[in-house]
Amino acid sequence: MNDLISTVDWSRAQFALTAMYHWLFVPLTIGLSLVVAVMESIYVRTGEERWKGITKFWMTLFGINFAIGVATGIILEFEFGTNWSNYSWFVGDIFGAPLAIEGLFAFFMEATFVAVMFFGWNKVSKRFHLTATWLTALGVTLSALWILVANAWMQNPVGMSFDPAQMRNVMTDFWAVTFNEVSMNKFFHAVFSGWALAGVFVIGISSWLLWRKRNVQAAISSMKVGAWVAAIGMILTFWTGDGSAVAVAKVQPMKLAAMEGLYDGHSGEKLVGLGVLNSAKKPGDNEPEMLFEISVPHGLSILARHDMNAFVPGINDIIAGVDVNEQGDTINTVSYAERIEAGKRAHDQLREYDKARAAGDDSAMQAAADSLAKDFKFFGYGYFSSPEDAVPPVALTFYSFRVMVFGGSLLLLIILIMVWASYKKVSFLERPWLHWAGMLSIPLVWIVSQAGWIVAEVGRQPWVIQDLMPTTAAISDIPASSVKLTFWIFAVLFTALLAAEVSIMVKYINHASKGNIEK
Amino acid sequence: MTELELLQNYWWLLIAILGGVLVFLLFVQGGQSMLYNDAPEAARQLMVNSLGRKWELTFTTLVVFGGAFFASFPLFYSTSFGGAYWLWMLILFSFVIQAVSYEYRRRRGNLYGTRTYDTFLFINGFVGCVLLGVAVGTLFFGGEFTVEKTNILNSASPVISRWADTRGLEAIVSWRNLLLGLMVFFLARTNAALYFINSISDMKEFGVSLRSRVLINGTVFAFLFIGFVVVLLRAHGLQYENGSFVVVPHLYLKNFITMWWFIPLFLGGTLCVLWGIYRSAFSAVYRKGIWWTGIGTVVVVITLFCIAGYNNTAYLPSLTAPDDSLTIANSSSSVFTLKVMAVVSLVIPVVIWYIWYVWSKMNNKPLTLRELNNSDHQY
Repeated sequence: MNDLISTVDWSRAQFALTAMYHWLFVPLTIGLSLVVAVMESIYVRTGEERWKGITKFWMTLFGINFAIGVATGIILEFEFGTNWSNYSWFVGDIFGAPLAIEGLFAFFMEATFVAVMFFGWNKVSKRFHLTATWLTALGVTLSALWILVANAWMQNPVGMSFDPAQMRNVMTDFWAVTFNEVSMNKFFHAVFSGWALAGVFVIGISSWLLWRKRNVQAAISSMKVGAWVAAIGMILTFWTGDGSAVAVAKVQPMKLAAMEGLYDGHSGEKLVGLGVLNSAKKPGDNEPEMLFEISVPHGLSILARHDMNAFVPGINDIIAGVDVNEQGDTINTVSYAERIEAGKRAHDQLREYDKARAAGDDSAMQAAADSLAKDFKFFGYGYFSSPEDAVPPVALTFYSFRVMVFGGSLLLLIILIMVWASYKKVSFLERPWLHWAGMLSIPLVWIVSQAGWIVAEVGRQPWVIQDLMPTTAAISDIPASSVKLTFWIFAVLFTALLAAEVSIMVKYINHASKGNIEK
Repeated sequence: MTELELLQNYWWLLIAILGGVLVFLLFVQGGQSMLYNDAPEAARQLMVNSLGRKWELTFTTLVVFGGAFFASFPLFYSTSFGGAYWLWMLILFSFVIQAVSYEYRRRRGNLYGTRTYDTFLFINGFVGCVLLGVAVGTLFFGGEFTVEKTNILNSASPVISRWADTRGLEAIVSWRNLLLGLMVFFLARTNAALYFINSISDMKEFGVSLRSRVLINGTVFAFLFIGFVVVLLRAHGLQYENGSFVVVPHLYLKNFITMWWFIPLFLGGTLCVLWGIYRSAFSAVYRKGIWWTGIGTVVVVITLFCIAGYNNTAYLPSLTAPDDSLTIANSSSSVFTLKVMAVVSLVIPVVIWYIWYVWSKMNNKPLTLRELNNSDHQY
């Protein structure tokens, strides 16, 4: 059992490590593919050669980043098999499809047209090249669509039923899987945040060029494109983030409670703006939730349910199965203790089904299957021994959410200033504080992006499939020592490759900026 | 044949086709294993850059091959990947280091020097080919695993697929798997030399004799291929009959006889490969050998997958518990998912068309040093 827990923890650590490294590069790829497509469109439309030079400059940075994004991405697909083999069987019938579609629809498109982007300048017409650049951006976006459909389905498993004969879930409605209420918000939220990140990246590099007084005209032109992409991306990220919060409140209320560090919910619940969690607080005790807080009255009710007086359940309420409906009446949902009981009943019924099948007793099989169907929605709780097992890490989720929101808000301010500044006189753009704001926004945007990913993934723990399968049941039969070894290999390898990527980018930007980027 | 059986057969065929295309595209890896040579730097640059324009197709095909296996035969994904952990991890590591190497090898500030990235390419070229061959070898020669689905109800030990303690390392040291791995490696090198002949304008001026490489690698490949075919046709296999698995001597030979239409395909594919090698090795001007060997490679690999999976054959035989072996019938997705994916697969011709169209525009002339020097994106 201890080795199982250790294997689970190391497998989680490895997946988190590889996913977070991958997520360093993916949003830049998503956003920069759009930026270069816009720049090349300007070149084709205006015929100004300087835009071709500018496009090539950013396209090179795109290529450097694209390679490491591909390198870190292959691991994730195969890790579902290598480290989460039970998961692969339990829901492979549903989860495998979007991954295969991603490969077929998106990866081949990217792989084919990215080659035209880099090697086709003198081999194909201007318009064909521009089409290839846009198709690369489309391929990158389609890739994000299908992987986020898969991810969203894990958080909101719909369009499926359980087949007790095979002891796995099977797909019953492809469109429900694809367009479930979490997936579209998640997809647009991730893609728009990629636009914002890449736009900020362009703003930051352009600010550095302005600070060093190199290629000033190219920097201003790039700044305009980058700032607009960032502004549109960031505003839409906030908008879709609001949609995500509503979806989370509905399908993953425990995640929302963890995001807020909320244990006891109220009607007209406040939103903690800034706060320090009480680390001694545990579900069910009388400790205060926060040591310090600055709150927005009614904020969480508005955020979660678009109603300033709505009740938002906290961790204790969810565990106890208490909620309040729109009419203000207290209603009882299913408590976690009852869910655990139901989950264990589902396990027992599945055992009964299996025994009846071995004995060839059709009526007993049917009876067991019918009983199982009633309790199956809580199947995953059967692996827990106490309700606290189903509570995610509150502190990490809480603080990451604040980093995401406040960092994102600060970035939006900087981005809007940059949009405004890039249309002012060149003399205004020579102000060092503006350059530094642009440059410092680069690390900030990555911190915000990673924080968003932590909120989404840590906040849903301990579930690998919401309510149906916890991480402890999703694992492969590998010794913890083996996973520990591969974890450290990935940690060293990806860190080394990240260092190389950053170094190459810095050298390239420095070297290219000493010449004329516009040629 | 029920609808489910039809779809299972269809998806196994698609897996076979993807496998065939993947093995052919491993010419990129074969080429990477040939980069360490005494050729002048200009010649090496031409070789690297001609490969660098194709590496993503191989990489993508590998990823799609994995995704298609996951979607259509999830129990294989769960059992083989989760069990033969080290085999698959070594394959993946080799592809991770490949993916950055083309782009970074000659860039300023790459931290580790061009030689390190070229070593990465060599490792991927050798390890990637051999171990993918080993992994395919387990489809014929089996693995040490068990499958017990009721384990999922055991909270203390819930894993349904369990492999031997060696976690795939035993598959790597199996001589029969290694034979197939080395065969794939030399086939990839042969195809790489043929690819260079086809895609680079002229290597003779650098004193690089690609045709002698075709001959040497092609000859080694041919001997390994004969050895593998003999081993395969003599091998015992597991077949599902009347509710249980039985050991069938010479199963793959019998599969060829039962499904006789694969014999002309297999022989035709083999002849294509040999013809491509022969024409290219003994002609001073012939450049199209890659097409012969390419078509032959794809056809031969498809037939090998088909005799591994069709006719109720266990395509992943369990050496530990024969009744836990995987067949296309007991490891597939549901009829609904296979049907959805079958509809999705209709897009494959479109994908093939645009890849073909784009590369016919991009590759209408062999790569020259002049073109390379004028290109602002070099590897």
